[in-house]
Amino acid sequence: MSLPDGATPPPDTFQAEEPVVARRRGGFRWALGRLLRNPSARIGGGVVILILLCAAFAPWIAPHDPMAVDTLNRLQPPSAANWLGTDEVGRDIVSRLIYGTRYFLLICLTAASISAGVGIVLGLIAGAGAPWVDAIIMRFIDMLLAFPYILLVLAIVAILGPSLWTAMAAVGVAGIPGYARLIRSVALTVKREEYVEAARALGASETQIIVGTVLPNTISPLIVYLSYATPIAALSAAALSFLGLGAQPPAPEWGAMLVNSRSFLFTAWWAVAAPGLVIFIAIFAMNLLGNGLRDVLDPHDA
Amino acid sequence: MTRYILRRLLIALPVVLGVLLVTFMIQAVIPTDAVTAMYEGQVTEDEAEEAIAAIRERFGLDQPWYVQFGRYVTHVMQGDFGESVRLRRPVAEEIGYRFVNTLQLTGAALLIGILIGVPMGILSAARKDTWLDVGAMTVGLLGISMPAFFFGLLLILVFAVWLQWIPVVPRGGAALLLPALTLGLIEAAPLSRIARSAMIEILRRDHIRAARSRGMSELSVIMRHALPGTLLAVMTVIGLQFGNLLGGAFIIEVIFGWRGIGELGVKAIQWRDFALTQAIILISAGAHIGANLVVDVLYAWVDPRVDYET
Repeated sequence: MSLPDGATPPPDTFQAEEPVVARRRGGFRWALGRLLRNPSARIGGGVVILILLCAAFAPWIAPHDPMAVDTLNRLQPPSAANWLGTDEVGRDIVSRLIYGTRYFLLICLTAASISAGVGIVLGLIAGAGAPWVDAIIMRFIDMLLAFPYILLVLAIVAILGPSLWTAMAAVGVAGIPGYARLIRSVALTVKREEYVEAARALGASETQIIVGTVLPNTISPLIVYLSYATPIAALSAAALSFLGLGAQPPAPEWGAMLVNSRSFLFTAWWAVAAPGLVIFIAIFAMNLLGNGLRDVLDPHDA
Repeated sequence: MTRYILRRLLIALPVVLGVLLVTFMIQAVIPTDAVTAMYEGQVTEDEAEEAIAAIRERFGLDQPWYVQFGRYVTHVMQGDFGESVRLRRPVAEEIGYRFVNTLQLTGAALLIGILIGVPMGILSAARKDTWLDVGAMTVGLLGISMPAFFFGLLLILVFAVWLQWIPVVPRGGAALLLPALTLGLIEAAPLSRIARSAMIEILRRDHIRAARSRGMSELSVIMRHALPGTLLAVMTVIGLQFGNLLGGAFIIEVIFGWRGIGELGVKAIQWRDFALTQAIILISAGAHIGANLVVDVLYAWVDPRVDYET
């Protein structure tokens, strides 16, 4: 991994056919350049940035208070005052959707941190540690994998009791096996490389080897896997809210918004369609971005 | 062959034990909850304290966890899943017919998924990098991004409310149509991806090149030489996909009011009805493991390259 030495890329990088200097494949700047030229990454990344902006500036962007109840104007169709109409107690749907980005990001970040954090540690210990440690960890992983994903999430919710936090924890824990197996396989491969042998011969400790050589090698596959696993986690968390096992109303979480207005599907379909479409668009954007990242970082396709 | 099946069963044993451990935890982590849930709002606090102590002793909740776990496994093996606190009847009675309903739904959805997804994947592999392929891939990406619960509501809105092709509260076979379609269409997305990549991989092989060089038409190359291998590759993941469908059924059943184990399972978690939750999750995970076992054995039987004697 060689990072650019402080120089900012010239503005005409993307027009240049082939730079004069022979470019090295790899490196952060190389990956970013390719990513910016990838159409699906551009669309997906654009929407993701939009979500980030909405979450950061929600109070300034939202036209109304997301929690302000106005029962006289309940279930109003889209109008100039309420662009996407109002929900079953007269709250402005657009404002609630904008605030909902905060829940969405919170869920994505928490779930991804738990899955990736624990998964990386378990994977490294299993892949680089003693065989009996490996065996124990892998049996634990097998146990989690015996459940279909959603079922595992539901089982954890059942153990911890339903709430927004347990939903995030459940989705996070259910994601651990994937990360652990990925990191373990990278660690097993890297461990056999000659430069690791060389490092060991030079007197590097086991910890130094893991942190210094194994960990950096996991970055690329890790980013690709993150981009693939995070939308699934977000989708599951939204599903939990929809089932009443995650975020609870009146929180402006998209899945919870959907369940509230569900009984008004026949009379006020926009109140159902708006949060549903937003979840769909957000997940689709993340998948598009993930596809782009895969094209750039996955050695099999390059 | 028998030896192979036995060996597979033996390998599955520790996994089943692990599943039992997880479902056991549903009750074991917060044992007092199980007791309070039974008496919520029915007695005064003093009475409750006493009752809780009595119940804890009666159900052996004061014993160490491994004793409790041993008893749990013994009961499950005897087909005793305990009594539902909420429904006030044995769990096994309630789950039986609901499980059949869920199998109907997931079976129909799997069929729809295969019938749509596999041809779509094969077609886009055969026309790789054309607009057809890109289109099919985009549809697939849309499919994996679509929240199942929203898609179900959308289908109700379009087919029952706007077009009125299907009654809002359908009866008989029609009741299965929309939920199975929802689950099946979502399932078609991953299946088409798997079929596509398998087909692309096979089309690169030597025997395909040989068939083409003999002047065989592209259609018969695909149908006679590439299709069997592709279907085999799809078959290996059917077991896993069945598990996904079971998980998806938990959401779809709630939307459509389909009286399967998923709909009951979600209620059970909300009710904190531990015996019921345990049994439903255990049965679903068991079905998932069983389906994968069957697929493994079938695969060994169909594909002569699998060496099942060792």
